[in-house]
Amino acid sequence: MSATRPLHLAAEIGGPPRYDADSHVALARLAEQGALDFVTLGDSFARPGPDALAVLARVAPATTRIGLVPTVTTTHTEPFHVSSAVATLDWVSGGRAGWHADVSTTEAEARLFGRRGAAPAAALWQEAGETADVGARLWDSWEDDAEIRDVATGRFIDRDKLHYVDFEGSTFSVRGPAIVPRPPQGRPVTVFDGTGGPARESAARYADVVYVRATSPEQAASLRADVRRIAAAHGRDPDTLRVLVALTVDLGDAETAPEPGLESGPQLAGRGTYFRGGPVDLAELITQWHRGGAVDGFHLTPITPERDLERIVNGTVALLQHRSLFRTFYPGGTLREHLRLARPANRYAHARTAGATS
Amino acid sequence: MKQMHLAAHFPGVNSTTVWADPRSRSQIDFASFEHLARTAERGRFDFFFLAEGLRLREHNGRIHDLDVVGRPESLTVLNALAAVTDRLGLAATVNATFNEPYELARRLATLDHLSGGRAAWNVVTSSDAFTGENFRRGGYLDRADRYTRAAEFVSTARELWDSWTPDGTSRPFAHSGQHFEVSGEFTVPRSPQGHPVVIQAGDSDEGREFAASAADVIFTRHGTLEAGRVFYADVKERLAKYGRQPDDLKIMPGVTVVLGDTDAEAQQNAAEIRRQQVSPQNAILALEQVWGRDLSSYDPDGPLPDIEPDPDSGLVKGRVRVADPLAVAARWRALSAAKGLSIRQTVIESTARQSFIGSPQSVAAELETFVSTDAADGFILVPHLTPGGLDDFVDRVVPLLQERGAFRSEYTGSTLRSHLGLAEPVWKG
Ligand SMILES: Cc1cc2nc3c(=O)[nH]c(=O)nc-3n(C[C@H](O)[C@H](O)[C@H](O)COP(=O)(O)O)c2cc1C
Repeated sequence: MSATRPLHLAAEIGGPPRYDADSHVALARLAEQGALDFVTLGDSFARPGPDALAVLARVAPATTRIGLVPTVTTTHTEPFHVSSAVATLDWVSGGRAGWHADVSTTEAEARLFGRRGAAPAAALWQEAGETADVGARLWDSWEDDAEIRDVATGRFIDRDKLHYVDFEGSTFSVRGPAIVPRPPQGRPVTVFDGTGGPARESAARYADVVYVRATSPEQAASLRADVRRIAAAHGRDPDTLRVLVALTVDLGDAETAPEPGLESGPQLAGRGTYFRGGPVDLAELITQWHRGGAVDGFHLTPITPERDLERIVNGTVALLQHRSLFRTFYPGGTLREHLRLARPANRYAHARTAGATS
Repeated sequence: MKQMHLAAHFPGVNSTTVWADPRSRSQIDFASFEHLARTAERGRFDFFFLAEGLRLREHNGRIHDLDVVGRPESLTVLNALAAVTDRLGLAATVNATFNEPYELARRLATLDHLSGGRAAWNVVTSSDAFTGENFRRGGYLDRADRYTRAAEFVSTARELWDSWTPDGTSRPFAHSGQHFEVSGEFTVPRSPQGHPVVIQAGDSDEGREFAASAADVIFTRHGTLEAGRVFYADVKERLAKYGRQPDDLKIMPGVTVVLGDTDAEAQQNAAEIRRQQVSPQNAILALEQVWGRDLSSYDPDGPLPDIEPDPDSGLVKGRVRVADPLAVAARWRALSAAKGLSIRQTVIESTARQSFIGSPQSVAAELETFVSTDAADGFILVPHLTPGGLDDFVDRVVPLLQERGAFRSEYTGSTLRSHLGLAEPVWKG
């Protein structure tokens, strides 16, 4: 691939639990000043913190362009509720919603619900994939022009443009159609972390954005190729996928490392996902990895959002913009537009048109 | 003077919203929710209310296509509305059958935090195999079990909300009951209201008992003066055995208001709205809901059918079927014969739901009478237009109520509990 693919940047605004709206709004607005594609908010039933999707719904009217991607776990929730809530986030944000599908693997989380015990990761990732699959079907279950308001016949909707999904998964079934009309983006953006083996399979099959973890551009390129290969094997066009390197960043106190360069500058450590250095060093790393065509972009998790996000936006991003490697404004309004992902055609509308002409 | 409480019902999915009116806007765009919520807050209302339905209704085996349909998910919309309002309470209807206490308690506590103490939960119990087909657990719950699950659901949620001490320490919880076996640590600290406000909507004996034992507000359909007083007395009397005071439960019927410059003009407006609500197609549909039969070949401007209703009909799905179709049919026939009414005219006359029709002065006086004579503690106003349906009420009736001292002129507190005059729940650690 050429090295001129646009660079995509996203940032996590979580960190220590906060329950007020203002601090979340301030961080999202900061990221929006940097024209980042989207912010994420992590979530889990296992540790303190508010419901992430609710927080980003609260943030939506207080921001205008930035994509909003909460983590939503799929293990103990109802797939029908998940699809309704994510579609609604898309409605209240005017087409800026995504969701990061995750699983709950622990017995402690299972006991909070008392419905079933903990299950092996492979089964849970398969279920997460099915949740994404049925979600997409439910989002398609209303054709875009299903609401007709036809006074002459007294019909508010054209029922031929609403569809039962009749989904049978390994652990659940859903009849449909959705109760929420098709959201502005057609389908909100689905994000999976493709780091683990079973997760990668579901990610490549169902996600629009996949995170990978790598310690070198070579490793990132190979993971990206792997995700694209699995996607293609499932009949997807790999160019409908964006592979982002997930990086935890600690921008410390330094403006830049003393001598930018491999030895004294950025250090990748731990599970290969940890970056430590100055904002300029981070810009260097992003530039190098992206120029080499290894990745489509980065998902950055600042270890201290209040401090590091400011450095990312005013340091790293500003420099990337100066080098014309990253946009300075949002040319579009929806998250799909930021990511240069097309608005998906409705599978049912297509089936009907195809059926009519055959 | 006893002051009234007012709430705004977003019309959303129902058969009374006049979507063919040129002023009718989207029932799904956020701008519509924002308009009605801001209107309600301008009117110093207690809260904004969203209903819920978890399956699209069907009629005669097909998706029902005449009424407004399609709505966003309530809690997500309310979190967004918290960004564009300051004081207004935010009430979500959420079914207690197709949700789990841990997840819902967490979502409600989150809304309470993000809105600064304005969250409410309207606990509904409706469940059937039809709705259940969208969920993991299916529609297994018998009617008799719905309120036992709802009651245990609410008490479990309260245990979770109380598992953090008021000074912010989390403690493990464990609940073991008939419907739930849950334990662990709750992830959200005690929220500004302690517990979000709990609303109940449902009319059976079990429903009233559940409200008397556990709810802060009851949403009823008893919108006439007589029915209201009977219901009010009945429910308030039930409180004592749960150690509660009459003021601990607010009774708020869902009502409609039609205004005009004069009473006569308001009557004309009301008649016109009824005609819009009952289109020819809707008239036949209303008839089919009573008869339980396909009556599509009947002329809405012609006479009522002379065949009898089918009491065991499965024609209507996703909404409550008329309780005694034979009796209703007999009543409608008698009305039609006495006044010489067509099908459509009969439906218009017999399904009229408008509660308050008149000039702003008349409506204000009548609302006050309801409250001062204990037919209600307040009202949930259900407009027939989205989203501008309460503009006139707020501009013309609210100032009169305020002048009379029957309604607040300013919010005195910041939480929904304070608007409703409800004490913060005692922490039961
Ligand atoms: C005023 C009112 C509003 C209601 N709104 C809803 C609603 O939005 N969603 C829902 O599923 N059920 C709704 N219900 C149904 C009730 O929750 C309940 O399931 C139903 O009335 C049967 O219970 P009951 O026998 O106690 O009346 C409503 C009921 C009433 C009386």
